[in-house]
Amino acid sequence: MIRAAGEHGLLVETGSLEVSHRLDALLRAERPGSVVEIVPGPETVLVVAPGADQLRLRERLTDLARAAAEPPSGDRTAGTPAVVVPVVYDGADLADVAGETGLTPEEVVARHSGRELVVGWLGFSPGFAYLTGLDPVLHVSRLATPRTSVPVGSVAIAGPHSAVYPSASPGGWRLLGRTDLRVWDVRADPPSLFRPGTRVRFEPA
Amino acid sequence: MIEVIKPGPYATVQDLGRPGYAHLGVPYSGAADTTALRLANRLVGNPEGHAGIELTFGGASLAFPAGAWVAVTGAPCPLISAGAGMTVPVRAGMGAPFWVPAGGELRFGTPARGLRTYVAVRGGIAVEPVLGSRSTDSLSGLGPAVLRPGTVLPVGPVDGLAEISVDVAPLREPGPAVLRVVPGPRDDWFVPGALKELCGRPYEVTQDSNRVGVRLSGPVLERARQGELPSEGMVAGAVQVPPSGQPIIFLADHPPTGGYPVIAVLSAADLSTAAQLRPGDTTRFTLRKTPT
Repeated sequence: MIRAAGEHGLLVETGSLEVSHRLDALLRAERPGSVVEIVPGPETVLVVAPGADQLRLRERLTDLARAAAEPPSGDRTAGTPAVVVPVVYDGADLADVAGETGLTPEEVVARHSGRELVVGWLGFSPGFAYLTGLDPVLHVSRLATPRTSVPVGSVAIAGPHSAVYPSASPGGWRLLGRTDLRVWDVRADPPSLFRPGTRVRFEPA
Repeated sequence: MIEVIKPGPYATVQDLGRPGYAHLGVPYSGAADTTALRLANRLVGNPEGHAGIELTFGGASLAFPAGAWVAVTGAPCPLISAGAGMTVPVRAGMGAPFWVPAGGELRFGTPARGLRTYVAVRGGIAVEPVLGSRSTDSLSGLGPAVLRPGTVLPVGPVDGLAEISVDVAPLREPGPAVLRVVPGPRDDWFVPGALKELCGRPYEVTQDSNRVGVRLSGPVLERARQGELPSEGMVAGAVQVPPSGQPIIFLADHPPTGGYPVIAVLSAADLSTAAQLRPGDTTRFTLRKTPT
């Protein structure tokens, strides 16, 4: 289903993050006329196209959404390698997370770094990527009272997600460690190391 | 260059924003009232997307060590051009290009109506762009710092610009605003009468409104569905409804994604009107009649 988001926006319902990512990739490859923003979310892709012929764009999006809904042929992990994030696991909440999950801190580290995660979408602040695919054992709640400032490079978890703080900001996620890897740099092109669909692996430094 | 003697309550550099980065979590930003900024730029022969100064509630004083052509649009302020050997300060007009001589000073009073006043200078404000834009993004902190007393703003080159060819442009009157909306994308998250409720009695603009959004107080918009909406892309002009049921109209610095349902979106032409609403103003919504 495609919903109008005002006169210039169309919100395509994909129903899943994987379909959102495939539709995002198809749209970026094709760039239908006047498209300014393509914003994938967990179950949607927002397309903003001021001045576009909305009927034609809607038709094209219907076709592309149908193509994106088909399971991909071949190995979708082929091609670009995963981004490896070296982590010093000395976060302020590591012990608490271990206590809450019934694991040792070493086991928390092993489970956090043991799987490949995928960037679901970005939001909250520029370059802040919600990483999906976290080991379900590590799904913990946010802090009841968020910290007023979390340092840049903090590696954290909350709910089903992990993240690397791209800049210092307030935040309520549980801090497991920190990385020197710069995930956000306005002088770089693209400015973000993470994009929707980027595969990520944490590695104890 | 221009030196800020005082910025008034809140002033920033703004152009037409930072498109193309929403999927990386970067707000669009740019002038809240793009209609006014575009007009100010045209009046001094700039391309419409040059950076200008966005004043909030007027109140600024700007010094011009070098002379410059200037145009002021948006919320109408009393405007005085002083100094530079002028025996008497001159009352300058809105919506018309005028010359500020070297050593001159522009003083802005408080607008009687409207909220944001735009100052364009021939050549444009030439601060360093960030991700392709000179706009200050109040949500993420990208772009130049908020203006302070003593801030020095470079002015860009004027060679090659269009001639100044307009004497005066009629100003849009910030008035009792009726904002046209297109339903959705999530109007089905609300009880059947909610759109009617939105377009019924007026809403009042509250004190905590800013460049992110116009926060409103009025009829409560009741949800039919509980639970959380998975985060999704947001557009400028979205009327987002948090659990309080009190709507927020998203302006230029809105977050690129959000998890509260959007009951309707402003007609693009009315976004500039919404950007001129000030705390205490009342506004009404109406369903846009003919689809375009």
